[in-house]
Amino acid sequence: MLTKRIIPCLDVKDNRVVKGINFLNLRDAGDPVELGARYSDEGADELVFLDITATIRSRKTIVDLVGHVAEKVFIPFTVGGGIRTADEIDTLLRAGADKCSINTAAVLNPEIIAESAERFGCQCVVLAIDARRTPGKKNKWHVTVKAGSEPTDIDAVEWAARAEKLGAGEILLTSMDADGTKAGYDIELTAAVADAVTIPVIASGGAGTLNSLAEVLKRGKADAVLAASIFHYSEYSIRQVKDYLAEKGIPVRPVS
Amino acid sequence: MIVVIDYNVGNVKSVRNALDYLGLEDKLSADAGDIERADGIILPGVAAFGYAIKALGDTAEVVKDVARAGKPVLGICVGFQLLFDRSCEMGEHEGLGLVAGDVRPIPPGRTIPHMGWNAVQPAEGMVLFDGLQDDEHFYFAHSYQAHVTDADAKVAYADYGIDIAASVQKDNIFGVQFHPEKSSKAGLSVLRNFDRICRNGANRC
Repeated sequence: MLTKRIIPCLDVKDNRVVKGINFLNLRDAGDPVELGARYSDEGADELVFLDITATIRSRKTIVDLVGHVAEKVFIPFTVGGGIRTADEIDTLLRAGADKCSINTAAVLNPEIIAESAERFGCQCVVLAIDARRTPGKKNKWHVTVKAGSEPTDIDAVEWAARAEKLGAGEILLTSMDADGTKAGYDIELTAAVADAVTIPVIASGGAGTLNSLAEVLKRGKADAVLAASIFHYSEYSIRQVKDYLAEKGIPVRPVS
Repeated sequence: MIVVIDYNVGNVKSVRNALDYLGLEDKLSADAGDIERADGIILPGVAAFGYAIKALGDTAEVVKDVARAGKPVLGICVGFQLLFDRSCEMGEHEGLGLVAGDVRPIPPGRTIPHMGWNAVQPAEGMVLFDGLQDDEHFYFAHSYQAHVTDADAKVAYADYGIDIAASVQKDNIFGVQFHPEKSSKAGLSVLRNFDRICRNGANRC
């Protein structure tokens, strides 16, 4: 049976993992390679590295970092944050990334999804969607860009379905309403997107209690959960998460 | 020494990183002399089937020759799929024909790509899995699957609602649909086992 994936997310700035609340009060949380290797040893199923500065200068740093991670970490990892072109994806994949996530660039130019899928295979192409509930409309979400700072009039569920048709291999779905709140994932959003596509959906934003992870995997129909602060702050270990989910009857890869 | 076949199909580096981490001697090459001298070869691959077989070009004949002469060969992901007779991924394409079977899309009705960690049930005597427990998990990322028809091949399956051929073994020919280089400790064990097969096989070839 295919297991549900537990994915720690590492926000990277100036070659260090940082942690903060809503991108403010950033504090150093360690070396990305060491932290990645530790999570891998502890039984993480995959890693996501997000370049949160996403400048031309930081891109070079990220390429070097990807190379170092690939030498030490033998689980799949995705790199994202500010990727604009298929050529940038090419550089990151060659450096050792397994997948790249694209967000704003895909909204501005959806063809980048098709071009990347054709060049590198759809399994490399992760579409990241930052979705926010549309005020006054029940169970409607719109896509936001530029790290959630700019709303668009694109419907998040429709955008996911369109991205699948263009060749995206996976959706990394963040609820901007839930992000950083620890109040639980947006189950309705995740289920709506999961129902609209046949590619895997990674739920992100709102991880708090262990039950919130179980809920989004069950009722939200997510294939994977992304979480940052619950792991960085050592509230829960990967093993605790997996033991809990297994108890709830959710298939997970056992921690060896 | 293991030669990792150098053709333009992505993540070749990840395979080499894993071999380096294990302290195994390896070389990235598409040179016929290197391939002939190697104790074993790894055919990696992240790409569409048609693209991969085209990118392999003349090296395909060299690989077939050494494989038929008994040199251990390990195909990974698309490299695994290339071992079979043909694939219908974006048109009809001929494979290396080292193991009888063909490659077809994973049927709809489930999440595709098949992406993530799936338990694998090896058949009796599949030496890549030596020292590992039954039902060990490995990382998969693919939308097409091999249908093995070779009576001489042992096959390990992954249960994804349907049976997915996860690994094949036929004499000196080995293949894995999953990514051992991305499957943590279990995956590294598979690569270490292949190295052992190569070193034992090298005495015979």
